[in-house]
Amino acid sequence: MSDLALPSALAATAPQADRIGRGEAIAAWLLTAPAIIAFVLMLLVPTLAVVAIAFTDYELGATSLRFIGLANFAELMEDRGFVTSFRNTAFFVAVTTPASVIGGLALALAIEGGRRGRTFFRAVFFLPVVSLMVAMATAFQYMFHPTIGPVNALLRSIGVAGPNWLGSSDSVMWTLSIIGVWEQVGFNMVLFLAGLTAIPRDLYAAAEVDGVRSGWSRFWTVTWPLLGPTTLFVLTITMIRSLRVFDIVATLTQGGPNKASEVLLYTMYTEGFTFFRMGYSAAITVVFLAVVVVLMLLQTRLIDRRVHYG
Amino acid sequence: MIPGSNDRSLLADLPRLAILSLLGLLFLMPYIWMVSVSLKPLDEVWRASMSLIPETLAIDKNYGRVFREVPIGRYLLNGAIVCAGILVFQLAFALPAGYALAKLNFRGRETLFAFVMLGLLIPAHVPAIPLYIAFAKTGVLNTYAALIAPSTISVFAIFMFRQFFRAMPDELIQAARMDGLGEWSIVWRIIVPNAWPAATAFAIFSVVAHWNDLFWPLIAVSGKGDLATPALGVIYFRTEEAGDDFGALMAAATLTTIPLVAAFLLAQRRFIEGITMTGLKG
Repeated sequence: MSDLALPSALAATAPQADRIGRGEAIAAWLLTAPAIIAFVLMLLVPTLAVVAIAFTDYELGATSLRFIGLANFAELMEDRGFVTSFRNTAFFVAVTTPASVIGGLALALAIEGGRRGRTFFRAVFFLPVVSLMVAMATAFQYMFHPTIGPVNALLRSIGVAGPNWLGSSDSVMWTLSIIGVWEQVGFNMVLFLAGLTAIPRDLYAAAEVDGVRSGWSRFWTVTWPLLGPTTLFVLTITMIRSLRVFDIVATLTQGGPNKASEVLLYTMYTEGFTFFRMGYSAAITVVFLAVVVVLMLLQTRLIDRRVHYG
Repeated sequence: MIPGSNDRSLLADLPRLAILSLLGLLFLMPYIWMVSVSLKPLDEVWRASMSLIPETLAIDKNYGRVFREVPIGRYLLNGAIVCAGILVFQLAFALPAGYALAKLNFRGRETLFAFVMLGLLIPAHVPAIPLYIAFAKTGVLNTYAALIAPSTISVFAIFMFRQFFRAMPDELIQAARMDGLGEWSIVWRIIVPNAWPAATAFAIFSVVAHWNDLFWPLIAVSGKGDLATPALGVIYFRTEEAGDDFGALMAAATLTTIPLVAAFLLAQRRFIEGITMTGLKG
């Protein structure tokens, strides 16, 4: 995760360096030009534009637009749909993040704990990461079907009446969170596996000499402190990934029932691309961007502070 | 959990293996049921039994329906075209830029790099609205270009290639300059061939991300176009063709999931390396 900074001192005499320098600069601008153009057109300008649109009442097809200042944001605060959407997203992040971070760590420790089956289990838990979520969501829809789904069939066989997982507003966010954890835990597991391999083996030997005997205390004295930076990193990217939840909502619930599973990106999508209220949708995008940026900056600051642990 | 005890006996290892197997089975359940239901006739599906093995096979009925009613082959082909198109541009833009930022001295380098870092903060969903408006005004919506263009620039790829090239010895480039190679030939003959490991890792990351993407295709392609990517295809089939025909629905889901899962099983190590190495910064 750290920069590999190689000294790139070019020892050349002054006039020669000047000549090379100019050629190098021209080459550099030519080599970066395509990327710069694409960056400006596809990322920089649209991002600035989305912020600008958020301060207007623009609707697609409308002939005029007005700058309305913070009116969109004021409306967001009042809009029960948006407030629900924000709360649901927070719920999803709050449930899936700890579950898939702790789950990923537990799986990594279990896999690292022995030689047998490493590659096999790693592949099994990683499989959701490469699977088409829209298709897998359809499989989950069947599994969680209230009447014909195997989950409720299993519950019935032990005498429990299962909930209407995706169809009831009480359980829908929980059900989506279960799918979210399933989707993310394997990715976190692999990151933790990489973190574990980076821990020097002799530290464990040293701990043993110092009287740390049980696997439990070995984990808390050696593994956990040294995994600190990895954990922090996994934590933030999991939060950001959870914040972006869209596919399973669009496939399974379309925000329903009765807005019980509206999430930020889905609300932004429907406002913008179903109702064509671009200004309002842009305001939601800005809120989303702000949360992501805050999380990223927080992580960078914490990592900068903690990186010199050894 | 106990390093150094990797060579313990099978008996002592058994609890660990049992727990992992059980969890693994739980994780595979959606796949197992997906395939199982895709083979069952409708009456068996609706019987709500927990048996995985179909009593009568309905392969031709379920898969047949998918092939008859939706151009599933076309969807898969679209997925391949879009992923390939995106990847080619991403590499063509990011590889030279990454090299320039890593190895060439020029004024403005730090500024450019600052923009790259800034770009890393912006999720792909953010530019969607202005891009949609611009594409709608210029009539680009519902084309391959609309699906490909927004993803052609990957600041993440630039960042990754820059890190990769920084680790490359300067002597290699110096020697080439001494041999009289121009900057362009250096890129083409020295840099590109040496960038394969990073390029493969990025390629896997990129293809997985865009094969599975739903958000942008949902915006860029409308109606029952022939441009649907696999993710869109499944959505179309769900809403329009097969409401509650779970057999056919699972057949469609299986068919669209297979390509990447098969590729993953064939090149597991590379996939995991690629996605995590690239995912690390993403």
